[in-house]
Amino acid sequence: MNQSIPSLLPALPEIILAAGAMLLLMLGAYRKAHSAALICGLSVALLLALMVLTIAQGGEITATFGGMFISDPFAVFMKVLILVGAAASLVMSRGYLKLTQTDHFEFPVLLLLSVLGMMIMVSANNLISLYVGLEMQSLALYVLAAFNRDSLRSTEAGLKYFVLGALSSGLLLYGASLIYGFTGTTAFDGIAAALTVASETSIGVIFGIVFILAGLCFKLAAVPFHMWTPDVYEGAPTPVTAFFSVAPKAAAFGLLIRVMMEPFAVVIGEWQQIIVFISIASMILGAFGAIAQTNIKRLMAYSAIGHVGYALMGVASGTVEGIQSVIIYMAIYVVMNIGAFVVIVAMRRKEGVVEDIADLAGLGRTRPGLALAMGIMMFSLAGIPPVAGFAAKLYVFLAAVDAGLITLAIIGVLTSVVGAYYYLHVVKVMYFDEPAAELEGPLGSGMSVVLVLSSIFILLFFVWPGPLVAGAESAAAALF
Amino acid sequence: MLQISDWPILSTITFLPLIGALFILMIRGDEETVARNARSVALWVTLVTFVLSLLIWINFDTSTADFQFVEEASWLSSGIRYKMGVDGISMLFVILTTFLMPICILASWEAIKVRVREYMIAFLVIETLMVGVFCALDMIVFYLFFEGGLIPMFLIIGIWGGARRIYATFKFFLYTLLGSVLMLLAMLAMYLQAGTMDIPTLLHYDFPAHMQTWLWLAFFASFAVKVPMWPVHTWLPDAHVEAPTAGSVILAGVLLKMGGYGFLRFSLPMFPDATVYFTPLVFSLSVIAVIYTSLVALMQEDMKKLIAYSSVAHMAFVTIGMFAMNPQGVEGSIFQMLSHGLVSGALFLCVGVVYDRLHTREIARYGGLVNNMPRYAVVFLFFTMAAVGLPGTSGFVGEILVMVGAFHANTWTAVLMATGVILSAAYMLWLYRRVIFGELTKPDLKDMLDLSKRELLIFTPIVLVVLWMGVYPQSFLRIMHASVDNLITEHQASLEASGAVSPEAAAPAEQPAESAE
Repeated sequence: MNQSIPSLLPALPEIILAAGAMLLLMLGAYRKAHSAALICGLSVALLLALMVLTIAQGGEITATFGGMFISDPFAVFMKVLILVGAAASLVMSRGYLKLTQTDHFEFPVLLLLSVLGMMIMVSANNLISLYVGLEMQSLALYVLAAFNRDSLRSTEAGLKYFVLGALSSGLLLYGASLIYGFTGTTAFDGIAAALTVASETSIGVIFGIVFILAGLCFKLAAVPFHMWTPDVYEGAPTPVTAFFSVAPKAAAFGLLIRVMMEPFAVVIGEWQQIIVFISIASMILGAFGAIAQTNIKRLMAYSAIGHVGYALMGVASGTVEGIQSVIIYMAIYVVMNIGAFVVIVAMRRKEGVVEDIADLAGLGRTRPGLALAMGIMMFSLAGIPPVAGFAAKLYVFLAAVDAGLITLAIIGVLTSVVGAYYYLHVVKVMYFDEPAAELEGPLGSGMSVVLVLSSIFILLFFVWPGPLVAGAESAAAALF
Repeated sequence: MLQISDWPILSTITFLPLIGALFILMIRGDEETVARNARSVALWVTLVTFVLSLLIWINFDTSTADFQFVEEASWLSSGIRYKMGVDGISMLFVILTTFLMPICILASWEAIKVRVREYMIAFLVIETLMVGVFCALDMIVFYLFFEGGLIPMFLIIGIWGGARRIYATFKFFLYTLLGSVLMLLAMLAMYLQAGTMDIPTLLHYDFPAHMQTWLWLAFFASFAVKVPMWPVHTWLPDAHVEAPTAGSVILAGVLLKMGGYGFLRFSLPMFPDATVYFTPLVFSLSVIAVIYTSLVALMQEDMKKLIAYSSVAHMAFVTIGMFAMNPQGVEGSIFQMLSHGLVSGALFLCVGVVYDRLHTREIARYGGLVNNMPRYAVVFLFFTMAAVGLPGTSGFVGEILVMVGAFHANTWTAVLMATGVILSAAYMLWLYRRVIFGELTKPDLKDMLDLSKRELLIFTPIVLVVLWMGVYPQSFLRIMHASVDNLITEHQASLEASGAVSPEAAAPAEQPAESAE
């Protein structure tokens, strides 16, 4: 009897998270009114505790559930990023939800469930567990996007995301079935072994890879599967947008890297050109699409598309340095997006929430602290030294040049100059324009802490880059 | 003597202004108090930084071409370390920067009335970044400082600039960024080739010839924009016209020198073959710049624009001098950069003086100022003469050395360049004639006051240094000698090394034919 029970230790954080989310759901259902604040607080505490647990667990590579679930330094690193992003988004959500009268206790619970899906995604070691994790996060995210159910834009965003998301899941599932059909297994190591043995890659496997890539690129919002991004980013409640832009991105990158580096590493010649194309297309569309935007959330959507393009450069190189660069990129990207979204969530006036870039006018004079933090984030997103965003770009460019993808790197630096234009535009509005009506309301202690911490991280990254770089290095090494 | 070797003096000088900026950030109180305190903190910090930087000069060993005051610490990886140090080429630029900064703060004392705290912070941050550029001995450290300087300058022009400041500052930022990102890729390629970002190591690394061409072009994209060379100079007149006075001083005085310094630090010593290959290109562009921008300067109606175009012409002298690749040319170009940093900075300050009083830079609005501003007329005349290259001023020494160097290298270049000297006399003297001489007829000019004590305090040190450089240039030239000689010997040696291989391998047949001629 005993040996049939799999070891639960590697999946301990996920199990605790699942149990915790259920408990909080019950708590909310029984306490009914006024429980939202409590549950949100408990959720943040749960996420932070899990972060500690995950870090403590890290280091060794252990698989369980018949090899379907793996815990290694790479998964640990990505999970920490996801948890950080989720906790910060929850902290941001309080004031916003109250203001829009959507302060329901289901919000933190749904968010926790989607985090559970993401954690399974980055630990997936089998096409089945991959799909389970992916669907779990997606279902929760569809609901979150439509969370403001009385708003036309929010429900439209949720529906749009659901329809397109379901399509992409179908594509991914189809790809997975092709892979299973041509290799005879769904386990990642089994697939890798089958592909190594085969003298040449069969066309079915290539089709399978293409379909799986299409499904994953949809989750990443990479061109040409990006169409949903601006609408969903704009329509969803702002804290949800903030969450969308960090945690699912980290999870999807974790999944993409694992799928590309473990089962499909041997056929890199087949998929490298696809990633290169997606990377170039994302960088170009992200840079040029953002220029004409007036809504800050749409701007951040295009910015996210562009950043996915840069991070994909590291994946395209397919080397351990490349993967390390993607991990560093995602870590810095998560922090700078959190910082920027704190400011965006704080954009409200007497008449309600405002979202236009023009509403930031004169922020440098009316709210100097907020403007300074946003300015740091914008320069960082643009990749201007000496802030952290430059380190992110530096490592992916280094990896791309190292892998001989010089053209890709040149296109990357040129689009980064175009991208700098619209980030600078935000700085210009904040510092050079005459002040518009002042933004209302204090930031609140939780959001202030998040903003200060992320600003310090971004500003001082180059003073002490060692820990992150070393952590990313060992995480990347776990995959090779 | 001070035991300077075990004290990280370069890092101290680099980061002291940043600490001052943090200090200003902490000042509390009403707007008036904050402004007053921010001004004095900024002034004291820049003065202390200047005094400390003089310690480098005092302790500098002129007999060696090696890097001195070297500091090293582990940083991103084994090949990318935090490394600082100066040699005879970079040391004087550090001093130039720290010397100009207190002057800039004083020049902004009354001109800047809004957001004084932010202004002073921006200036202190840019000082850190500028000093860092000249001290960095690791390419990534260099790039951080080099690019980071864009952020404060973007804000300085954009917040405290003139009417078209937004256009000008975006143009400045994006132009410079576009050049620099290509340089970044070149640095990465060099890192992957040589395994290190360490500048002293890379100075002796032989890059393959085909790679040198591309690397040289990528660095050229960055430095040519920064210098700026014709035809990528168009951001400069816009940025100068819109920037506040002190911003123009920093732009002309230091930021442009980063381009010239970059050529000397990277392009010439690291890519000798490509340098020889592209020298005609640099000469042609520079000669066009000298003649064309001098003619353009003649026709300007805005004082700042005129001086901005004259800067392009003067910097073209600099690029000709350094690509002449002989001791006179290179030393002349460094000397000319230092001299131009002071003289054009002072000329912008002169424009600032009347701009503060009348709030226009249009030349036609002035005239006859000699009648009620005699002291101003003298100062302006002095710097006009220095810009023209009158013997006894620093401008003369730089120009004559560059001319001699250019004449050695390419006679026609030198001849065409000389027309620029004549043209510079024409536009500068004509500017002086229109602003200072003539009848004092315009009523609002009659009320203008002569230089105040503060303004005299700003100009006096520059006048003295310009005279010193003109009368006894040796005290500056001897600092560069060892490093410049080393630069040229190594350049020749690496050319001979690659030249000794290629005729045998590539074209053995041509060799006898040439000798028969």
